Amino acid sequence: MSRKLSYVQAFNEAVRQEMEANDDIFCAGEDIGAFGGVFQSYAGLQAEFGKRRVVDTPISEQAIIGLGVGAAVTGLRPIVDIMFMDFICVAFDQIVNQAAKLKYMFGGAATIPLTITTGGGGGLSAAAQHSQSLEALICHIPGLKVVHPSNPYDMKGLMTACIRENNPTIMIKHKRLLGMSGEVPEEQYEIPLGTANVLREGKDVTVVGWGRMVNEALTAADQLAADGIDVEVIDPRTLQPLDTDTIVESVRKTNRAVVVHEAVRFGGLGAEVAAQIQEEAFDHLDAPVGRIAAPFSPVPFSPVLEAHYLPSVDDIQAGIRAAVARPGA
Amino acid sequence: MELSTEVQMDLHRRMVRIRLFEEAAGRLAEAAKLPGFLHLYVGQEAVASGVCATLSDDDQITSTHRGHGHLVAKGGQFNEMMAELMGKATGYCKGRGGSMHISNLDVGMLGANGIVGAGAPIAVGAGFANKYADNGNVSAAFFGDGSTNIGAFHEAANMACALKLPVLFVCENNEYGEFTARKDTMAITDIVDRAAGYGMPGVIVDGMDVVAVHEAAVEAAARARRGDGPSLIEAKTYRFYNHHGVQNLGLKYRTDDEVALWKERDPIFTFEDRMIEAGTTTRDDIDAVWDEVRTDIETAIEFAENSPLPDPDAVLQDVYSPREEVPA
Repeated sequence: MSRKLSYVQAFNEAVRQEMEANDDIFCAGEDIGAFGGVFQSYAGLQAEFGKRRVVDTPISEQAIIGLGVGAAVTGLRPIVDIMFMDFICVAFDQIVNQAAKLKYMFGGAATIPLTITTGGGGGLSAAAQHSQSLEALICHIPGLKVVHPSNPYDMKGLMTACIRENNPTIMIKHKRLLGMSGEVPEEQYEIPLGTANVLREGKDVTVVGWGRMVNEALTAADQLAADGIDVEVIDPRTLQPLDTDTIVESVRKTNRAVVVHEAVRFGGLGAEVAAQIQEEAFDHLDAPVGRIAAPFSPVPFSPVLEAHYLPSVDDIQAGIRAAVARPGA
Repeated sequence: MELSTEVQMDLHRRMVRIRLFEEAAGRLAEAAKLPGFLHLYVGQEAVASGVCATLSDDDQITSTHRGHGHLVAKGGQFNEMMAELMGKATGYCKGRGGSMHISNLDVGMLGANGIVGAGAPIAVGAGFANKYADNGNVSAAFFGDGSTNIGAFHEAANMACALKLPVLFVCENNEYGEFTARKDTMAITDIVDRAAGYGMPGVIVDGMDVVAVHEAAVEAAARARRGDGPSLIEAKTYRFYNHHGVQNLGLKYRTDDEVALWKERDPIFTFEDRMIEAGTTTRDDIDAVWDEVRTDIETAIEFAENSPLPDPDAVLQDVYSPREEVPA
């Protein structure tokens, strides 16, 4: 296995291979047809599968999700794209009150095999309405599943799993990872939703992060190794359902934990991870669970402001050092 | 269009079934036997009946918070409906949905909906699936005058027209969005004026005349089935009861005289008079329909009352679909 693809190419290949195998799958969204999507996620798919299966829609996020919900409940397997994650707010009724709830409200009779794809995260000076990490909002909604890959290999395996999933699933692509290169098998494969990945084994502290931040955490961990701090890094990959078992098992070994995310700290998913760790591994903890996250403001525009706002490798290192500095039991 | 006796009696029976179901639901609510909110469809029966009579189980509809009438007209059964309203395990939604989310996918009813305007985008999705499969089926979105003020309606109507989908947009203009008059919330009198803005034909029909509604629906469905895209039907109608509950008179937002005037145009009684006058049917035959449906209602109430409540442990069931479940 030596073939390399970018993160966005891995996404594209997952979609293409699934579409080749199943005529029930279609894609719809803004600019995804001839243009291939603003991130080129859907590049070449309309040329290959035609306008019937790769549909350019009006700029109508509610109707795009509604199109997916209605088509899913009547037997198709839609992939619908919301260009920027910030725009899910425009479609929140269809996501939260419709897609997530129809099955339950109908007594189980409905099946909604719908994948919603979207570009999240900051780092492009795209400012407050094109840079958010809103995973906490959607992970809070029963009925939804949420996936956020950190590398090309996971992207293909997770996107394949999303498409085959029988529930509304939101695939968050991190905009700063689109060009990230990595080895990706040509054959189809799945990474089951709800399975975390231990990216780096260590004995001193557990760091949990996702999307771009888990890669930053790996860099921080490599640097800390020189100082004799042995960091275990876990990427949940799926944020809903969250693989709490893998995280808790690690903390029972290391006795310390730090959570890293790009979303704002208050009410972020890090709070949920920290709460679950203290519920499941309280007696093992030698330090409070640390949280490295963005401050409580909108994402700023100016590069100098945004660089200060987003958690950095230095911030993560400092958080890890604080966690290991506490004397153990 | 000259409707056969069979079609006319079918339209009539659908309306009677809605009327008696709703009146029974109202009585049960007054007796505190129905939990939650209740939005009665009485007065608007001609709209659901006239439209659904031209649809098959393979055609889909989306509905509103006032959804019982749409499900009855689409072929929903009283037993499972009444049980759902009572929150019983034998209800269409196993007691998970209730009045506001009642649904039955087997007859193509994709749910009443507690969010105003939210059904229209879902009907567009069903229409997309029908066109994708080239199966000749259509979907119909029922919605009120008030919901044409919400963005979801605009997005759905535009997208259906842009993609030329087989969808019927059926507006039940009952002149009030909850407790506020239509004239206070929009600067137009006729919802149908909006159709041109999307590039689809629109027609106004007397929503108290089931034949007029049916004829318009037959034409719109035929247009959709032959691939000519969506249409808007505006049915001018009226709800005899309050926005929710069983009160009808003495309310602050509309006059008792206005209610009385509309009740004189009762869609069921006026249709019966016309059929008898035309020699289509007799009073005895009509009475027999009412008696039959009353018996069905009594059976349904008994079924629902004797049905088990859901097991509280079932609260976590059906949040997610298992991987092995094969979608419809």
